[in-house]
Amino acid sequence: MEEILEIYKTTTIENVTIWFEAGKVSDFLKNSGACIKYKNKQIAIFNFERKNAWYACQNVCPHKMEMVLSRGMTGDQNGVPKIACPMHKKTFSLDTGKNLDGDLTPIAIYPVKIEDDNVFVGFVE
Amino acid sequence: MKKVVVIGNGMVGYKFCEKFVASEKFHNYKLTVFGEEPRRAYDRVHLSEYYAGKSAEDLSLSSTTWYEENNIDLHISEMITKINKKEKAVINHRGEKYSYDYLVLATGSSAFVPPIPGVEKEGVFVYRTIEDLEAIKYYAKKLKSEGKNQAAVLGGGLLGLEAANAVKELGLQAHVVEFAPRLMPRQLDQGGSDMLKAKIEELGLHIHLGKQTKNIEGDHVIEGLKYVDGSELKVDMLVVSAGIRPRDEIAKECKLATGIRGGIIVDNTMKTSDDHIYAIGEVALYNKMIYGLVAPGYDMADVAVSQITGNTKNIMKADIDMSTQLKLIGTEVASFGNALHEGENVDTIIYKNKRKGIYKRINISKESSKLLGGILVGDSSDYNSLFQIYNTAMTLPENPEDLILGNRNDDNSSLLGDVMDLPDDAQICSCESVSKNVICSAIQDGSCNDLGDVISCTKAGTGCGGCKPMVKDLVDATLKSLGRKVNDIICEHFEYNRQELFDIIKLKGYRKYNQILDNYGKGDGCEVCKPVIASIMASIYADTANEETTIQDSNDRFLANIQRNGTYSVVPRIPGGEITPEKLIALGKIGKKYDLYTKITGGQRVDFFGARLDQLPKIWEDLINYGFESGHAYGKSLRTVKSCVGSTWCRYGMDESVSFAIELEERYKGLRSPHKIKGGVSGCIRECAEARCKDFGVIAVEGGWNLYICGNGGANPKHAELLAEQIDNETVIRYLDRFLMFYIRTAAPLERTAKWLDKLEGGIEYLKQVIIHNKLDIVEELESEMKTLVGSFKCEWTQAIQDKEIMKRFNHFVNSDETDNNLVFVPLRDQKMPEPWK
Repeated sequence: MEEILEIYKTTTIENVTIWFEAGKVSDFLKNSGACIKYKNKQIAIFNFERKNAWYACQNVCPHKMEMVLSRGMTGDQNGVPKIACPMHKKTFSLDTGKNLDGDLTPIAIYPVKIEDDNVFVGFVE
Repeated sequence: MKKVVVIGNGMVGYKFCEKFVASEKFHNYKLTVFGEEPRRAYDRVHLSEYYAGKSAEDLSLSSTTWYEENNIDLHISEMITKINKKEKAVINHRGEKYSYDYLVLATGSSAFVPPIPGVEKEGVFVYRTIEDLEAIKYYAKKLKSEGKNQAAVLGGGLLGLEAANAVKELGLQAHVVEFAPRLMPRQLDQGGSDMLKAKIEELGLHIHLGKQTKNIEGDHVIEGLKYVDGSELKVDMLVVSAGIRPRDEIAKECKLATGIRGGIIVDNTMKTSDDHIYAIGEVALYNKMIYGLVAPGYDMADVAVSQITGNTKNIMKADIDMSTQLKLIGTEVASFGNALHEGENVDTIIYKNKRKGIYKRINISKESSKLLGGILVGDSSDYNSLFQIYNTAMTLPENPEDLILGNRNDDNSSLLGDVMDLPDDAQICSCESVSKNVICSAIQDGSCNDLGDVISCTKAGTGCGGCKPMVKDLVDATLKSLGRKVNDIICEHFEYNRQELFDIIKLKGYRKYNQILDNYGKGDGCEVCKPVIASIMASIYADTANEETTIQDSNDRFLANIQRNGTYSVVPRIPGGEITPEKLIALGKIGKKYDLYTKITGGQRVDFFGARLDQLPKIWEDLINYGFESGHAYGKSLRTVKSCVGSTWCRYGMDESVSFAIELEERYKGLRSPHKIKGGVSGCIRECAEARCKDFGVIAVEGGWNLYICGNGGANPKHAELLAEQIDNETVIRYLDRFLMFYIRTAAPLERTAKWLDKLEGGIEYLKQVIIHNKLDIVEELESEMKTLVGSFKCEWTQAIQDKEIMKRFNHFVNSDETDNNLVFVPLRDQKMPEPWK
């Protein structure tokens, strides 16, 4: 099962080689998440409207390897933006990918930018 | 491996095993335990709760598998009849021999029956084991059927009063007969006894003090007691509770040293006159005394374990604390230290309030100004503080009367000052010998996070429970000192508990999560506070889960239960479990069409598994077309009202349970609450609907329905408790409206009704006052709130499939119509299941 994880690698904004257009801002619910498909990847995108910030991470939860993180609830822990998996409420930092309530493998994080009402996610090719 | 044999499986015998298992050297020993009773060790201190509905299993001190898990050989219903000291072996009643390296005698005591002529008559009992209680119960039943109801208890001590209450609970007139001129003569002075007597007489018990019984009257069956002073008391039953006698027969038989009046003599290492034999608990004669309390017995068990495993430094203290705090027949009674101390160098301060039924006394040393002991009757809330002041020899305040009169300056300061000021070695829980240091360190070193953790890891508060408030204070104070939150606020984003938030939202009329977060919270919220607030708004405004989807818990957001592989299950409502063949066929067709794994649920409905997110709206469209609506199986809301078939078909049925179950389910469907709610309706006391395992259960009886509330199955099964008897349909509904609304308003997040009731001060009696007798003057409000909710039910799935915006959330991808390609199913019998997790 672990091979699912191998295609997801945290990408920093400096390393981005391709900005993929994932959809319109209005396709994403405020203060919530949605899933997009990029090639063979499932990426969860979160719109933190309250602080005007966007985050993206792998859709697969490293706990049980199910494609569910985009369906989780967003929030923060001491100011760190986080996502809680809908399966067992495992929480992960959307800044670093770190598991906040245990020692699961960190999730891969991707940069997001908004241009002219379009949402882009950055990948390294 | 050394062999340790324990004779006796009572509370102290069990404690010995527990301490042994916890000791580091346990793996070097093999434990074999013999108990003559037919069951594992149980909580004899709370024996009278057996009549209050606790089963023998509830009273049991360990799980069925505990002994096995710890590799202990437990022989119950097996009596050891002989000890062979030379061979170091014991022999049971069947003549089988077991050898030992160390032998521990924890044979306890039996009830002492004074040699009064006539004690052998029918109708005379003792009060000691579950078997005794069963025998008393059956005899009481027989008496009542013959129209007799007078019962006496011989002995006005602690156990005698417990027994008297138990007899009263069985529906008999209870008389307590005591030889001494006061009740609980070992613990109470005359003033304390007078107050206790007055309080329990109010409850209908009859107290006869200073009465010495000469003989028991009646031919073959008891008819009365004749006193030495010539007077008589006519009774149909007698329970003897006149003290205990150590079970030292086998010790005497093998010539171990015993006391003149019984008991096996032990030294401060719990060793008997034989180097390989120890005695603990009520059979041990230590300092020329038998200790009939559980706390010293536990200390003895601890000492014996240490001594056997080589820690010879742990010895029994010379002076043993006999302090007690308990609730007797609804009256708080406590006595500590030297409670009856009189004399020249003692100052006594007494507070007596007949109006409130309170008596308090403290004894203070004239020279040292230390607390020597005291008595509390009617209100023992200061016991923990007083006991600590006494036990740690703290200096008394300037006006020691403040200790029992309370601080009369209006500054809320506690008598004791800060609990954290107690010395580290102050013993907080005397039943389990847990010191302040142990409790605080458990939090400080991170092994425990809250009160529950501390109780389960230190065992503090698991004995009599009297120290629990102080344990809680210590836990709270320690957490606070570490800068951690201690109150029941819901999460880091809101400094309020659920009830406070409920009131705020209602008062301000907030309709959006962000409004509440902006005005009363901070940060971005989280997976804890969002669903709580969604649920509160739903309960106030009758909102469905479609209202503000992003704050709904993930199951509510997609109106389905997420399953192991991220697919969902679908449960349409089948009220009361009644369904037509047509509808069943429709369900079959839908299951087949979408290839769903299909199963009957525990709540009498049908569950479909394996539906992909994108399939949910299509499945529901079909279900709605066939006339189904949402079953709310995904929500913290009413699930089902289970029913048996009732009087419409059943030859035993007393009333129409199916009709009533349907009515109740229709009434409360969609009602969102702090946790899920389940109901049940049974047509007779055979209870085929298992209604007493539900949050509310209704059972048909002669003359109406009995209404039970706050039960559940699950991890901690609990039977529902009786709220009202023989009431009609309208009254059931009225009480249920009030009860459910009160629960919805006041419970903590994710707190089922049983746990809520557990925490509710005053318990079911208080709830009766609120719901039936309108103590808080809120029943009209509760009813009208419920009426609003009941009147505005909407099926959220019907709502969802008609709304394009809502439908958007059921696409797996925002930017593609593809579905999740990660899903793999494998065959299971004639259906399918998700590939197992690796």
